[in-house]
Amino acid sequence: MSGDLMSGLIATVLQVVLVIAGAPLLVGLMRQVRARMEGRAGAGVPQPWRDLRKLLRKEPTEPRDTGWPFRLAPLVLAGTALVVAAVVPLVSTASPLDSAADLFAVTALLALGSVALALGGLDTGTAFGGMGASREVTVLALVEPTILVSVFALSVRAGSTNLGAIVNVTEADPMRVLSPASLLAAVALAVVTIAETGRIPVDNPSTHLELTMIHEAMVLEYSGPDLALIEWASAARLTVLLGLLGSLFLPWGVATAGTGALAVLIGVAAFAVKTAALGVLLAVGEVFMAKLRLFRIPELLAGSFLLALLAVAASFFLAGGA
Amino acid sequence: MSLWRKIRKTGRVAEPAPERPTGEAPPEAAELRGSVQFRHVDAGSCNGCEVEIGSAFGPVHDAERYGARLVASPRHADALLVTGPVTRNMEVPLRRTYEAVPQPRLVIAVGDCARDCGVFAGAYGVAGAVSDVVPVDAEVPGCPPEPEAIVAALRRLTGR
Repeated sequence: MSGDLMSGLIATVLQVVLVIAGAPLLVGLMRQVRARMEGRAGAGVPQPWRDLRKLLRKEPTEPRDTGWPFRLAPLVLAGTALVVAAVVPLVSTASPLDSAADLFAVTALLALGSVALALGGLDTGTAFGGMGASREVTVLALVEPTILVSVFALSVRAGSTNLGAIVNVTEADPMRVLSPASLLAAVALAVVTIAETGRIPVDNPSTHLELTMIHEAMVLEYSGPDLALIEWASAARLTVLLGLLGSLFLPWGVATAGTGALAVLIGVAAFAVKTAALGVLLAVGEVFMAKLRLFRIPELLAGSFLLALLAVAASFFLAGGA
Repeated sequence: MSLWRKIRKTGRVAEPAPERPTGEAPPEAAELRGSVQFRHVDAGSCNGCEVEIGSAFGPVHDAERYGARLVASPRHADALLVTGPVTRNMEVPLRRTYEAVPQPRLVIAVGDCARDCGVFAGAYGVAGAVSDVVPVDAEVPGCPPEPEAIVAALRRLTGR
């Protein structure tokens, strides 16, 4: 039993370290893939780490008339991203924090980070801060229910909203991934992952046009170490959500309870490969797509919510057959 | 699918990186080490320099591969890329933008107008060259400067 706990603990620590160090590299990899597809040479995969290292050494500035929401937002965003990175079953389902890996807890933590940043954006009192915050909250209100409902479709057959339990059930019977409920939920969750992490077609992470910004508009006033925290947290959220997508729908390689150190190592490698592959897929997809007009985004997200709802219905009606 | 074929057929358009430019880098640039974010300020330019800056960050010259990036906010920036003679209307905004950049901060004056007002010297709407308003650390001569010259000035700052 204690050996189990040890390997679970090691897996969790490895997972957190991997997300902390790997998240900027994932963003760098995605930028590099985009650059190559656009015929450019690209800045290299470690460029986001160079940016973060430089930002940490810059002077933090605080705009006039801002208060504690502005100062706390980066810390809350990075803190929630770190907690989510620790509890979500990416490397192993036998984590000692398993009881916290609940669907509601994870969704609420992600929402807490987004709301903190929206408040930070509002606190600056600038036109773009407020505009970005209002857009972010609009997207958030449509994204959170879809995350909940689409994972519900998977939790029906696991009989639990615990993410670790869902991954365990899928890993025990991999053919379930091809069931209608699972496929519908996968598409719905992929769309909301793109929306939640601010990628094309919902938001453009490399835009300079203030009028089209969602996430960027909220962070226009941050500088130095605060900006470094926000950029790292955004990268970590992207990594965790892509990793979760990988664990829920491609659960091969995730270490389970009662397996040894080798399984943990395989889990680490599988997580890195799956997340990088999903990131490359997303980056390639972005090259072929233009950003959606802002008023079309609710239609896209409503469509993904409908898919999630169908997934729940399918998982109930087809429960006997699947 | 046609876009996919186009990407396959075009391949890489970025030209091979030229030799690392020689010349003195401002002492502040040493702290940035391979990552410099630029905020572009048009202080009254004719937009000739803007076209060349756009070209420097385009696929052919690809200034991003040296760690330079254009950003949307002076708070995110390490250096300002100022073009044009400073007009009366842009004098205060330029000074405010400079003050909004967190330390250590640098200013590059791009083009002859930014260096010494160029053909607009003495015009009634012109307040002066960029160095009359904010301290300038590097200059790029030319009217408009070639993208290669702009890239070389950026590379002196990023050190790559």
